[in-house]
Amino acid sequence: MSVATQAVEIARPQVQRLTYREAMRAALREALLRDDRVFLMGEDVGRYGGCFAVSLGLLEEFGPERIRDTPLSESTFVGAGIGAAMAGLRPIVEIMTVNFSLLALDQIVNNAATILHMSGGQFNVPLVVRMATGAGRQLAAQHSHSLEGWYAHIPGIKVLAPGTLADFRGMLQPALDDPDPVFIFENAALYSTEGEIAADPPAVDIEHASVRRAGTDVSLVTYGGMLRNVLEAAESLAAEGIDAEVLDLRVLRPLDAEAVLHSVGRTHRAIIVDEGWRSGSLAAEVSARIMEGAFYELDAPVDRVCTAEVPMPYAKHLEDAALPQPASIAAAVRQMVGHG
Amino acid sequence: MAVQEARLATVDPDHARHLLREMLRIRRFEERCVELYSATKIRGFLHLYIGEEAVAVGAMQALEPTDAVVATYREHGHALMRGIPMRAVMAEMFGKVDGCSRGRGGSMHLFDAATRFYGGNAIVGGGLPLAVGLGLADRMRGRSRVTACFFGDGAVVEGEFHESMNLTALWHLPVLWLCENNMYAMGTRLDRAQSETDIALRASSYRMPAWSVDGMDVLAVEEATRRAAESIRAGAGPLFLEYRTYRFRAHSMYDPERYRAKEEVEAWKERDPLVTYPALLGRAGLVTDEVVGELEGEVAAEIDEAVAFAETSAIEPVEDLTRFVYSERTAS
Repeated sequence: MSVATQAVEIARPQVQRLTYREAMRAALREALLRDDRVFLMGEDVGRYGGCFAVSLGLLEEFGPERIRDTPLSESTFVGAGIGAAMAGLRPIVEIMTVNFSLLALDQIVNNAATILHMSGGQFNVPLVVRMATGAGRQLAAQHSHSLEGWYAHIPGIKVLAPGTLADFRGMLQPALDDPDPVFIFENAALYSTEGEIAADPPAVDIEHASVRRAGTDVSLVTYGGMLRNVLEAAESLAAEGIDAEVLDLRVLRPLDAEAVLHSVGRTHRAIIVDEGWRSGSLAAEVSARIMEGAFYELDAPVDRVCTAEVPMPYAKHLEDAALPQPASIAAAVRQMVGHG
Repeated sequence: MAVQEARLATVDPDHARHLLREMLRIRRFEERCVELYSATKIRGFLHLYIGEEAVAVGAMQALEPTDAVVATYREHGHALMRGIPMRAVMAEMFGKVDGCSRGRGGSMHLFDAATRFYGGNAIVGGGLPLAVGLGLADRMRGRSRVTACFFGDGAVVEGEFHESMNLTALWHLPVLWLCENNMYAMGTRLDRAQSETDIALRASSYRMPAWSVDGMDVLAVEEATRRAAESIRAGAGPLFLEYRTYRFRAHSMYDPERYRAKEEVEAWKERDPLVTYPALLGRAGLVTDEVVGELEGEVAAEIDEAVAFAETSAIEPVEDLTRFVYSERTAS
């Protein structure tokens, strides 16, 4: 290799700028190229290009058999994904939003989550279901909820909540490699966010939580769309001399409780920030795990910052008020560490 | 009756006797299950198929080993006819580790990978979307297989029924829809729940061939189902059969049967396939009382063996309670 060629190699950009939407599209494309058993199925994933434009262009590249538009029959196209998975394919089912997924709950809870166990281990369901979740776009009370915490209640499925560009890019493949049903909740407010990622991004796991900001004063435990609000709060607190650790759960089921307990063991304080409602929430579960596993490590009672217990309103000022914001998260931290 | 005799004349005599034997296997198996339920060896729900045997026996003749079956919670007969060993079905009823679902499913959730038996599904209508997916996989892979999906008249008013009919017709999937219309969704008679009681007519509105068959006539069931399955194998897309049948016993083990008249039950019992079919074979000279007696003896011996197997089978160790929530192997 000549010196000149080496110079060209070095000059090639090692990072690329992508939106979260483009990152997921790249992951889908890679999966479709890698394995001919993989196909994408859902409402308007093909000709329309996906209601959030995630699958835009894939129909042209892979054709209507593998980029399969479905009628508005959530229960049956999710159930068809289960059946196709049991028959040897690797379906990726897209549901437009988590609110619509309620129409498919029978198939998800009664079939996808149970068949392996009910059949005594004979039939596994290697299915991936992706759906948009979350608020912040003034879409009111039937398009804005964060129900992934409900799904995390159900044994038999795995629940992922990517909050970073790397996870939008990287979680799909390990989900497809998993022999059991994996649900990916993509916070729709992130789709248009841009970020930098390695041109050849490294693989990610779908087992562990990840510390996104190391700190010593308090553990802020969060996931998904709330991650950026929490990081923003942590930066503003740093300016005040409060050093917050930010733990991104990434995987809501099975929960990486060890990572939570380790973080609390370092900081001795914990606040859970959850876009779900407070009562009976994932935040409640994390709080209980801390109480069970790190009670004597705590210098203060665990606190939670969750979405107000109200169907999401349309008006922007009301929606903003309902959601955990960097300011309200920071206020909760100040209160806890005694700077309030 | 002349129709039945004419049809019988086209059937191989050994096969005709085989059908009787298979119906006896289901009937006597379930009668023994009732005794075992009373003896508390079997618990939970026990939905008996007694009266409807001609459907599973006739229909299953049309399927190949590579085909798939999706069934309901009233599926003992389907499981036996699909070829799941009786001992494995009985052990499942006993909740034993040698049961076909390792004791995790019970009467309502019999599964068997070896025979592509995708379960007793106990959510009415819940199995239909699975059949759509099984058929979709076959179509996408270019495999010439049939997915046979059984469900009852109650499923016809579930949303999943309509979604599934539509999708199979729209995507031209190789799915054989088999509606066992026993006239009652638990205790609710068809005409009290459905504005259009002609079930085949409703299915045909999705632009697939659909017709009704006398579900008390095993030969008629077999003939119609063979025709439908062959048509699907030839690439015709989905087909729909409605078997008109009747459940002689309670919905589950016990119910006061306030929802139907004794006279109605008695009238249907006149058409009991375990009465009419051996009589038909007798008139045709294909069986004698002695032959029927021999069949009964063989069936009783098989059931005795199955019960003994279930009795002596181990139970799953409690330490294994949480196995099979997630897979123990990686996907390939």
